[in-house]
Amino acid sequence: MIIETDSSDRGGAETLRRYELDGAYDEMFRAVDHPRKQYRLLHNLLLSLGPGELRRSKHEADQSFFNQGITFTVYGNDKGTERIFPHDLLPRIITAAEWERIERGLTQRITALNLFLKDVYHEEKIIGDGVVPGKIVYTCKHYRREMRGIKVPRDVYITVVGTDLIRNPEGSFVVLEDNLRVPSGVSYMLTSRRVMKQIFPGLFQKCRVRPIEQYSQELLSTLRFLAPEGRSEPTVVLLTPGAYNSAYFEHTYLARQMGIELVEGRDLVVHDNVVYMRTTFGLQRVDVIYRRIDDDYLDPLVFERGSALGAVGLFNAYRAGNVAFANALGTGVADDKAIYAYVPKIIRYYLDQDPILESVETLLMSNPAQRDHVCQRLEEYVVKAVGESGGYGMLIGPHSTEQERSEFREKINAQPRNYIAQPTINLSTAPCFVDGTIEPRHVDLRPYVLYGEKITIVPGGLTRVALRKGSLVVNSSQGGGSKDTWVLQN
Amino acid sequence: MLSRVADSLYWMSRYFERADNASRVLKATYGLILNPAKFSTEERWFRAVSSLAPGAASSNVDPQRALFLLVADTEGAFSIVNCISVARENARQVREEISSEMWEHLNRLFHEVTGIELQPNDDAGAMRAVSLVREGSYRFSGITAATMNHDEAWHFIQLGKYIERACNLSVLLDAYFVVDKHADDLDWVGLLSSCAAFEAYCKACTAELKPERIANFLLLKPEFPYSVRYSLDRMHEALTSISNLSLSRRTEKVERLIGRLQSMVAYVQVGEIIADLHKYLAAIIDQCRELHAAVHELYIEYPIEGAFQT
Repeated sequence: MIIETDSSDRGGAETLRRYELDGAYDEMFRAVDHPRKQYRLLHNLLLSLGPGELRRSKHEADQSFFNQGITFTVYGNDKGTERIFPHDLLPRIITAAEWERIERGLTQRITALNLFLKDVYHEEKIIGDGVVPGKIVYTCKHYRREMRGIKVPRDVYITVVGTDLIRNPEGSFVVLEDNLRVPSGVSYMLTSRRVMKQIFPGLFQKCRVRPIEQYSQELLSTLRFLAPEGRSEPTVVLLTPGAYNSAYFEHTYLARQMGIELVEGRDLVVHDNVVYMRTTFGLQRVDVIYRRIDDDYLDPLVFERGSALGAVGLFNAYRAGNVAFANALGTGVADDKAIYAYVPKIIRYYLDQDPILESVETLLMSNPAQRDHVCQRLEEYVVKAVGESGGYGMLIGPHSTEQERSEFREKINAQPRNYIAQPTINLSTAPCFVDGTIEPRHVDLRPYVLYGEKITIVPGGLTRVALRKGSLVVNSSQGGGSKDTWVLQN
Repeated sequence: MLSRVADSLYWMSRYFERADNASRVLKATYGLILNPAKFSTEERWFRAVSSLAPGAASSNVDPQRALFLLVADTEGAFSIVNCISVARENARQVREEISSEMWEHLNRLFHEVTGIELQPNDDAGAMRAVSLVREGSYRFSGITAATMNHDEAWHFIQLGKYIERACNLSVLLDAYFVVDKHADDLDWVGLLSSCAAFEAYCKACTAELKPERIANFLLLKPEFPYSVRYSLDRMHEALTSISNLSLSRRTEKVERLIGRLQSMVAYVQVGEIIADLHKYLAAIIDQCRELHAAVHELYIEYPIEGAFQT
């Protein structure tokens, strides 16, 4: 394919002059023509580019994504079921000081949430002490009573976490969501870094960007840490729902990077509470399963009966301590959006510290006073279903129609426990290359946290972009894309 | 290695080889029909169809549609586009096992071939797809050999490739050596080109085209990569390597079958078989099928009892 320069293409300098700031915090500009310090090198580079150069780079990057098969699967479309992951050409840059705070804040938060999970499935002290109401815990969609009293390996429930952070108009990072079940997206962080190094080698070097390539090694040693006692050379596998899952690319990518087997449920056999996989040499014992399948589908004996994705007997093997899961089962209770409202209290309760990263003010619709307040002002709030993720089941008040609002009002009143409301936050914007020009788009940040012998966070993450102009929804299933995230060396 | 993965690698390789074979045969056939000769265009297409799509050739072959069907028909399991798609689908199921370079190449080839969007009667377009696969398959072999460990996965890939090649060659030879229909020189060139063998044959046997010599070359020549003998030797190597790795498994049956099959081409002279070549080729194909089933039962779908590793 030949990319012609569009006659409407302008040079970098002219494009940047048209960049418009609105009320949101902009990642690159303090004011028009005044880039923040960490963005100066990028800014200079953009100024020097002639018309069409960005388009050529973008094409080169697209080509690289496509040839590497960095795609996600689009459901309900039988021709060309794979699309390249939409990505933006310009990196998002985070300073060393900003990162240091994120790192400390996430470490604190994840430590507390892990303690919370252990407590909730064992002694329930936090409920007894009246800090988190038992009624809310037990009604969580992802609370698993089967997990009560089960000792999980090394007391680690949440091995892999992807926490969504946003930057508010004042410029500080705030936690929007904890993803404690099977967070995805890390492969896009790793592959888009590879592509960016290819596209902007000089800039990358000059900026002194901290590396993220060690993620796979860190993940592997985190997983090995969970192996049952006495298994000195544990077999670790990644359990995938299969090639038709939307994140299949990521599953294959991580398995290859770690050098472990990518198994499907049909490869596994449980015998005498020990898990084996069918290999050409016979049945081989499995010690740790990095599962990318939801709790419900893991074992038809205990959970969803019709599921063919897991394997019969897995849960009993887990209960017997013969195999470890990462993440543990039932961790969804701690990322329920109603529990989210209690996380600051949870941190204070277990760690006796003030939260380093703020949360977004959250109103529980199960509380009658808060519900009335929100229902009268739906146009100011974002309403979310508590057990959902991926941007589904959500109302963005300021962008909604009267009809959508009245539908949500009915839903909320029918099942108040199922909804929470948060004030609409104007996510920060970052410059993006869209249709031949550079325009601001809203972004968030998802760093990946690994909890093994210690907590490790690779410096970076997935910056997700709402590619539609003005949109605040960054999920890939809803038209979002990604940016490479550069954390600078001190 | 996971049994499911070994199975996918094997089929990826078989389907790729099938597409490769079809591209060679079609290129040669398309070259042939341009010349007037003893055989009619229909007969030549019939020969191509019967060697590439066994079972589908019983009806009359419409020369206008034959090329399209063999290249792009998505319904027909034999078409090049379909073989490449199935090879890619198998590769997609085992992306973590093959190298990124292999996947990238196969993926790109798939998109190039399917991107042509062939219409019936577009011979030029069809031949463009054929050329893409011709070049693509040499490259794929090279990339595979150069970028992955020559371990168990590699041996399953080799096994799939050469069992497919041995069968394809046998079917093709059978179509050319049909009794009472003696081909002319041009057809013998066509057969040799279908096996990418013309130059190699000339080097080894001069340009004199003698059916018996050609049969000898394509069946029994251990040095030529597109001969049955060469293919069976590689299958034997692959199976021995796999069984050496797997130590305690019961491999006697597979070893017996490959040994018997290999001896069919290793200890025979062309004069002994040329009289009833059809029967001889049919026996090779049957034994390949039997071997395929035995390998599947040993490594892929075995009973769980007695399969626990110590």
